[in-house]
Amino acid sequence: MKVKRNDKLSLREKLYLPAIFQGLGITFRNMFRKDVVLSYPEERWELPEGYRGIPRLVMGDDNIEKCVACKLCESVCPSKAISIVIGEFRDQDMRERVPAEFQIDIGRCINCGYCMEACPKEAIVMSDLYEVATVRREDMIFDKERLLGDYERYSVDMRCAGK
Amino acid sequence: MTGLLITLGKILAVFTVTMLTVAYLTLLERKVCAYIQLRKGPNRVGPWGLFQPIADGLKFVFKEDFVPAGANRALHAVAPVLAMAPALTTCAVIPFGSTLPMFGGEVNMIIADLSIGVLFVFAIGSLSVYGLITGGWASNNKYALFGALRAGAQMISYEITLGLAIIPIIMATGSLRLSDIVAYQGAHPWFMIVQPLGFLLFVVASFAETNRLPFDIPEAEPELVAGYHTEYSSMKFAGFYMGEYAAMITAAALIVTLFCGGYHLPWLENLNFFKEHATLLGLLHIGTFLAKMGICLFGFIWVRWSLPRFRYDQLMKLGWKVLLPLGLINILIYGLFTLKDSI
Repeated sequence: MKVKRNDKLSLREKLYLPAIFQGLGITFRNMFRKDVVLSYPEERWELPEGYRGIPRLVMGDDNIEKCVACKLCESVCPSKAISIVIGEFRDQDMRERVPAEFQIDIGRCINCGYCMEACPKEAIVMSDLYEVATVRREDMIFDKERLLGDYERYSVDMRCAGK
Repeated sequence: MTGLLITLGKILAVFTVTMLTVAYLTLLERKVCAYIQLRKGPNRVGPWGLFQPIADGLKFVFKEDFVPAGANRALHAVAPVLAMAPALTTCAVIPFGSTLPMFGGEVNMIIADLSIGVLFVFAIGSLSVYGLITGGWASNNKYALFGALRAGAQMISYEITLGLAIIPIIMATGSLRLSDIVAYQGAHPWFMIVQPLGFLLFVVASFAETNRLPFDIPEAEPELVAGYHTEYSSMKFAGFYMGEYAAMITAAALIVTLFCGGYHLPWLENLNFFKEHATLLGLLHIGTFLAKMGICLFGFIWVRWSLPRFRYDQLMKLGWKVLLPLGLINILIYGLFTLKDSI
């Protein structure tokens, strides 16, 4: 490739020095500008609307999980993170199916949100949780109780779990 | 006996201050760099990261000291010392203050007031390149060797400019004694103002001598991994690192002494108040010298985080085809001025 160069420099450009002082001026002014750093553990990012963290299950008004174990989320999940075992449950609404077990392997989950889109009952939604680091792989598998629970509490628990 | 003790005390003081400055220059470098790049810099170890140099030092002590296979062990170990010692030695002839009344007499604030101070600085200062060359060669590593070669070439090229830039000063003062040069600037305007071209040449050559950006091609991370200290770790690496910063301090001290009036502070030091209080005047001189050096060191760091690195051929072109002729012209111009004055 032929590189186009401007070979005819003006005297000012040939001297280098004006450009150097100009650059020094820019860096000097930068020193007094506000930094753009977020001191992470102390300061936290304000999550935007619709942020997709780790998925969680939603509890219905009757204190039973909304999930009817239709397994749509399990089949749509691209990373095969969800595994559901169907259980039976009978009440006055004649609702028959509930998940006996509902596991999400957070180590596999890619936070794509397909499960939330596939769910006909709005029983699985994306939470704000993004801190799932742990030192034990088993801690990455969230069971039904965890998925229904208070995520803020769980993220703290998980940090302690490894120690 | 007192004379010996005073000299030892001065050596101790200068050594301590230099080493402390070296340690805290690393912090200042990282802080200035961070502020220029809109970051915060080290702020975890102590308030404002003030204990960072101590933490770094401890880390260096406890790291593994690795010597690569096929390396020349003896030279590998000697090289960092060779790189560091010259920079510390040159501090001996820098006048860092006027006099302080102590022990019933006047004590000169200079360790060794040599009559050939300038020559001594240049002779010893350029020895530091032996450390870099030895280190690069002893490492048995192609990148280290390249870095060493470049360091050698750069040192030779820019040493000449450095020498030429100060010849007009010696012509003006008629002395190679650094304290004479400082005294001259106390009575006349600073050489920085009288000889702007010489000042510029000296500063540019100093950057090259200390292997600082924009002339840090002996290190040149993108091309040479880390240049001459590629194969160094632990305290040996710290030796090179401290040598670089000590060289920076020496260069700053030289710039202040030769061009910025040394410890003199115009107008303020001529106040009647200081004529009566000799101790305060001595302290003012030391403070002035340190403050000027601080500004110089900040300049070194500031330039490093503003300018990109020169290419090797550009560096050589600048050194031999631009700075060297300019240095000669500078001498000629100053010579003509002196001639005019004498007629």
